[in-house]
Amino acid sequence: MSTRRIRGAAATAALAAAVTACSAPGSGGPGDAKSAGSVVIGVASEPDTLSPLLGYGKDGNSKIFDGLLAHDADLKLKPALAAALPEITDGGRTYTYTLRDGVEFSDGEPLTADDVVYTYRTVLDPKTNNTFKSELDAVKEVRASGDDKVVFTLKYPYAPFAARTVLPIVPEHVAGKQDPNTGSFNTKPVGTGPYVLSTWSKGEKLTFKANPRYWGGKPKVKTFTMAVIADDDVRATRLRSGDLDGAVLPPNLAATFKGDDATRTYEARSYDFRAVTLPTAHRVTGDRAIRRALDAAVDRRAMVDKILDGAGRPAYGPLPVDDPAFTEDIERAKDLGKAGRILDEAGWKPGEDGIRAKDGKRASLSLLYPSGDKVRQDHALAYASDAKKAGIEVKVESATWEVIEPRMKDTAVLAGFGSTGDPDFGLYTLLHSSLAGDGFNNMARYDNPAVDRALDTGRRSQDPAARKAAYDTLQRALVQDPGYTFLTHIDHLYVLADRWDGLTTQLEPHEHGFASGPWWNIEDWQPKQ
Amino acid sequence: MARLAGRRALFAVPVLLVVTFGVFAIAAASPFDPVKAYAGTAALGADQETLDRLRENLGVDRPFAVRWWDWLTSALTGDLGHSTVLRQPVAQVIGERLVWSALLCAVAFAVAVLLGTLLGVLAARRPGSAADRAVTSLAYTLEAAPVFWIALLAVWLFALRWDVLPAGGLTDTGSEHVSLGQVTSHLVLPAGVLAVSQLPWFTLYVRQGVGDALAEDPVRGARARGLSERTVLLGHALRSGLLPVLTLIGSRVPELITGALLVESVFSWPGIAAATVEAATAVDFPLLAALTTLATAAVLAGNLLADLLYGLFDPRVKLSDM
Repeated sequence: MSTRRIRGAAATAALAAAVTACSAPGSGGPGDAKSAGSVVIGVASEPDTLSPLLGYGKDGNSKIFDGLLAHDADLKLKPALAAALPEITDGGRTYTYTLRDGVEFSDGEPLTADDVVYTYRTVLDPKTNNTFKSELDAVKEVRASGDDKVVFTLKYPYAPFAARTVLPIVPEHVAGKQDPNTGSFNTKPVGTGPYVLSTWSKGEKLTFKANPRYWGGKPKVKTFTMAVIADDDVRATRLRSGDLDGAVLPPNLAATFKGDDATRTYEARSYDFRAVTLPTAHRVTGDRAIRRALDAAVDRRAMVDKILDGAGRPAYGPLPVDDPAFTEDIERAKDLGKAGRILDEAGWKPGEDGIRAKDGKRASLSLLYPSGDKVRQDHALAYASDAKKAGIEVKVESATWEVIEPRMKDTAVLAGFGSTGDPDFGLYTLLHSSLAGDGFNNMARYDNPAVDRALDTGRRSQDPAARKAAYDTLQRALVQDPGYTFLTHIDHLYVLADRWDGLTTQLEPHEHGFASGPWWNIEDWQPKQ
Repeated sequence: MARLAGRRALFAVPVLLVVTFGVFAIAAASPFDPVKAYAGTAALGADQETLDRLRENLGVDRPFAVRWWDWLTSALTGDLGHSTVLRQPVAQVIGERLVWSALLCAVAFAVAVLLGTLLGVLAARRPGSAADRAVTSLAYTLEAAPVFWIALLAVWLFALRWDVLPAGGLTDTGSEHVSLGQVTSHLVLPAGVLAVSQLPWFTLYVRQGVGDALAEDPVRGARARGLSERTVLLGHALRSGLLPVLTLIGSRVPELITGALLVESVFSWPGIAAATVEAATAVDFPLLAALTTLATAAVLAGNLLADLLYGLFDPRVKLSDM
């Protein structure tokens, strides 16, 4: 081949490559980002999958799918794909749902009871790689009864079961033909929800369009984009430049939008608590006097004011102060005198360096927090300084979860958890002794028979008054024998352009950003006139 | 020429085998847990039974050599496997993202070569002149500046202070379609930054090469024959001065790839970078192996291209001798 021909070929190849690269689909419609009918939200991370079978939207907050039931703004259950709340028979062991008439998937196929049965059976299949199968542990069998009835049979009476049926329903005629772990349904979902996925540019954004077949009526917001922007500062900048209509922001950046007339800040209250685990196996934190002293010595109010900039509440237990199940008389202020008395009585005597000691062991412990998490770091440092005033030395260390995990059985960790829906969901896995050290469940290996009994009653009793009483007992028992030092419940902050009416926030769980936020009911937003 | 390419291709096979085997070995020795990576934040609420079940389903406890062999044999039949962390076939992950990375790299490379040549010639014309000193010191400064730092500086200046170019993404966040105009305006900053990071090497090589050539006999002869300065510079000096640059093209490919990784993350460019980082931290063997193979192949191809160009442009070199 001659030089000239090769040069020509190279030029042609380069040109061809450039043309191919640029001929991506679509010619670009008018990107009218400023109309109220289109919304662009900046979030910090994107979902791994959009398949409910692997966990997407399992807490009932997907815009593509619906569950049998849904949560309203106050987290009360309301019918969604089911025509009404379930009929509960057989002493709480049988739940029967009747499906709503005329619901279609976005591809035009009708929803049937078989779709519901397929969804639950696939989730319960051990071969399906989801992380939440144990949440449906109570289910013994699920079957269809005719075209529009689904019957769940439980292994034991499980009072909060209805709150688990917010799990999104997938169409068997699409998902059933694939491997749920690897199929294309993960990135090309088909559901019954108010929106359908229009494009997913991985690592950049997801775009949703209003579903014309939605059973709940046509949403006013026609298109809705989730831009994936990991960096907090970049998200704030792009929000300020008008590129985004709204974003999740940490407290310090949200504060910079105060006084801006074009935006509004929404503070979503949450179950998301920060707590220090006090492992029972550790020679110091295993002592109940130390745990009680730490609990009395921490200044929760100061943490809320200084660390969270006021966007949060002191945590006196795992349940937030405004939860209906919260026991009000357990609220307690910082009391260093009490901490000192408890330690004196238990025989922890102040040493020369101000750190107490008993039988030759110093009141000293390490506290791990995941590196890079500023809010947890601040909590850990504040905790250490409060503890020191009571004569307990807390050595704060940061580490990755790979390092923390093997150490958490006997080292304190600054943990964050919180589930919505029912007190049972968060508390049982956090406190029940049967789950001590089971993965990330009950990290402190807490073991208290009174608490176990209360958890079992709360789980199995159908009587709301008996459940309330059980959770009261539990919260009081936790004050007497704290397995964790609960510090704060943190608010999640969202800043949005002020172009819609009727925006609200729900009480949110630990995880947030993509599914929760003022856009939890974006299908109901009304553009401002 | 065909023989050279063929020999290199044969040589590439053992290299690729060793590299992919090494990737599997290093990934297996890394402290990251693939099960935790797969489950993501949900792992922090999962019980042991769930983690064990995932471990078994994902087959992560098999020895890495066995997994490497499985991956290799199915890759040879065209099945690159399934990315656990992105829940997509590896071929699809690469297909969706590679085109954008390739576009970014190609534009940046072209700009760097053209601009580098221009500045190099400018500097070489009068060694020691003001232009030479300016170009040379600029090149040394850029050579020392980390690419992510240049990227952040560019975002700050062009997107925040002047608001003339978008700060990130492939298209405007609100727009749904990928249009030529949008991609072009979004490409300017990332490709510009990547080009600037490669620029000093080409500039300095061209300056040296052209400078040397200007002092050589053929050029002096051409001048003596009364040819115009333009002809002398472009026709004679540049042509022989460019030869070292051709070898440079091949050797710059690896750094172009690593530079692209940083640039893509700063500009939310939906290329292969984010996938590479995720694959590494999630011990996603199939994806990691495929991406490493790709990068290795790019480096080998870059070297081959440089040698071929050298043979074509330098009459003293015979390809059959290489």
